[in-house]
Amino acid sequence: MADTAHIADMDDRKFTLNFGPQHPAAHGVLRMILDLDGEIVTRVDSHIGLLHRGTEKLLEYKTYLQGMPYFDRLDYCSPMNQEHAWCLAIEKLLGVEVPRRASLIRVMYSEIGRIMSHLLNVGTGVMDVGALTPITWCFEEREKLCVFYERASGSRMHAAYFRPGGVHQDLPQRLIDDIATWCEQFPEKLDQIEGLVTENRIFKQRNVDIGVVDQRTILDWGFSGVMVRGSGLAWDLRRSQPYECYSELDFKIPVGRHGDNYDRYVCRMEEMRESVKIILQCIDLMAKDGPGPVLLAGSKLSPPRRGEMKNSMEALIHHFKLYTEGFHVPEGECYAAVEAPKGEFGVYLVADGTNRPYRAKIRAPGYPHLQAMDHLCKGHQLADVSAVLGTLDIVFGEIDR
Amino acid sequence: MVTMMDTQALSELAAHIESRMPDAVRSWQIRVGELTLLAERDHIIPLLRFLRDDQQCNFETFIDVCGVDYPERSERFEVVYHLLSMRMNHRIRVRIRTDEETAVPSVVSLWPVANWFEREAFDMYGIQFADHPDLRRILTDYGFEGWPLRKDFPLTGHYEVRYDDLEKRVIYEPVKLAQEYRNFDFLSPWEGMTSVIPGDEKAKES
Repeated sequence: MADTAHIADMDDRKFTLNFGPQHPAAHGVLRMILDLDGEIVTRVDSHIGLLHRGTEKLLEYKTYLQGMPYFDRLDYCSPMNQEHAWCLAIEKLLGVEVPRRASLIRVMYSEIGRIMSHLLNVGTGVMDVGALTPITWCFEEREKLCVFYERASGSRMHAAYFRPGGVHQDLPQRLIDDIATWCEQFPEKLDQIEGLVTENRIFKQRNVDIGVVDQRTILDWGFSGVMVRGSGLAWDLRRSQPYECYSELDFKIPVGRHGDNYDRYVCRMEEMRESVKIILQCIDLMAKDGPGPVLLAGSKLSPPRRGEMKNSMEALIHHFKLYTEGFHVPEGECYAAVEAPKGEFGVYLVADGTNRPYRAKIRAPGYPHLQAMDHLCKGHQLADVSAVLGTLDIVFGEIDR
Repeated sequence: MVTMMDTQALSELAAHIESRMPDAVRSWQIRVGELTLLAERDHIIPLLRFLRDDQQCNFETFIDVCGVDYPERSERFEVVYHLLSMRMNHRIRVRIRTDEETAVPSVVSLWPVANWFEREAFDMYGIQFADHPDLRRILTDYGFEGWPLRKDFPLTGHYEVRYDDLEKRVIYEPVKLAQEYRNFDFLSPWEGMTSVIPGDEKAKES
């Protein structure tokens, strides 16, 4: 008979589990090495970089304008919010201010991006804990927003619509009217989704008191966005360090109380309602201010009108130089941040006075959030890992860059 | 937009930091409404601890640390820290210099979040961080060699990965380009596209 005495001495409750890199609950390509004690997680080692495309290196080899579309590909759930940070950084160094109408369009599309991102996160987050219906309802609305992206920029996802100095094209009035119509019906759709999820017993059991974030955790792990607001701190860059025209808009900052998964979900739902209000205010302001330029007119940042190019040699040269050499940004460095749906998305830009950035560092909100997985999941059950991951709002485009 | 008030408050803050930490701060500057401290590498931990704990500074949130490469300098790397104070609602940037061999003190003991950011700076530039608990590569491939964000690293890299149908596996091989990377030098010997072209002012007069 085989000697089995040693098995009783072995610590057979402890084992290591490989999670990912291809797993639907990983929200992308994330590989996690989970050390388990029975069903309790003792350590999480995240391996990232599987989607690393060298965006920061590529940016150093492109002109400022050519670099812009790379920002769509970071957080691809809300592309225009990323473009916004890049444009703000360039504008800060150039010292230019965008026209009024461009600013309103930017804010409007940033908020559309926020709703797109939150819809995706709420839908998939709920699916991670077992509910299959809400995601289809979320995507139905998200699809309509993708169409608004397409009607403004020609692309459903990778819009490349913002420009240093404004936005690429003006919006037709029909599109603005359709966005307003959509805003009227959207809160009702949110009510329907909330009716399925918010008071759902299973959803609450899986999320209440799971992944609690306290104030110490926020500061230690560099949290921002909903991860901060879910814990009761009303910190929002749109309010505290306002950019564009956020300072004149009326919106609330929803905050949670317990900082758990559930509160973060509720925060996101409420933020979508606030975003709808912001969009409607922008539409009202646009109607009040009337038509106007959407790109800095007469500057070297914006291309000349087609008509001008037919008659003016200088305009033709300008057009050619803008799209080959690009514009120059004066020497200096700056950090520009926006309140992206996932938190503080910042760009640290070092310019050397040429037509290309010397260094562009992208500070993605998901990067510190994912890093805190080990801290948040320690002592939780294995099944909670995907629930926590879902409310961190992780997108690998921006984490791996 | 940057106001005079902001600049005033920032320069008072900078003077406060300089007076309390004279050894650590080499100089400071305010440009486009942002305060930058140039600091001594060996004093970075006491300086950042002061910035975090001092009542007037209160930079409790660690935003970012990244490297910048200037190959022509004797100390080629700059390590740039970004901090934020949610309570006081201001930001600061701290820059230090280092070279390929000299390690920078790790700030993981002050903010655990610095862990991955320092790993990334190590991964991208090869900047060494002393007393870092886990200085592994983070974004690049398993077994990657070289420091991709250094200015002397080619954009295309050295190796490419492809699936080989004969060997039925993914193989690594030296990068073969069907066409050279087209790196146009658009910088004209003249001043290039600035926001005002000389002579434009005459157009308005006529």
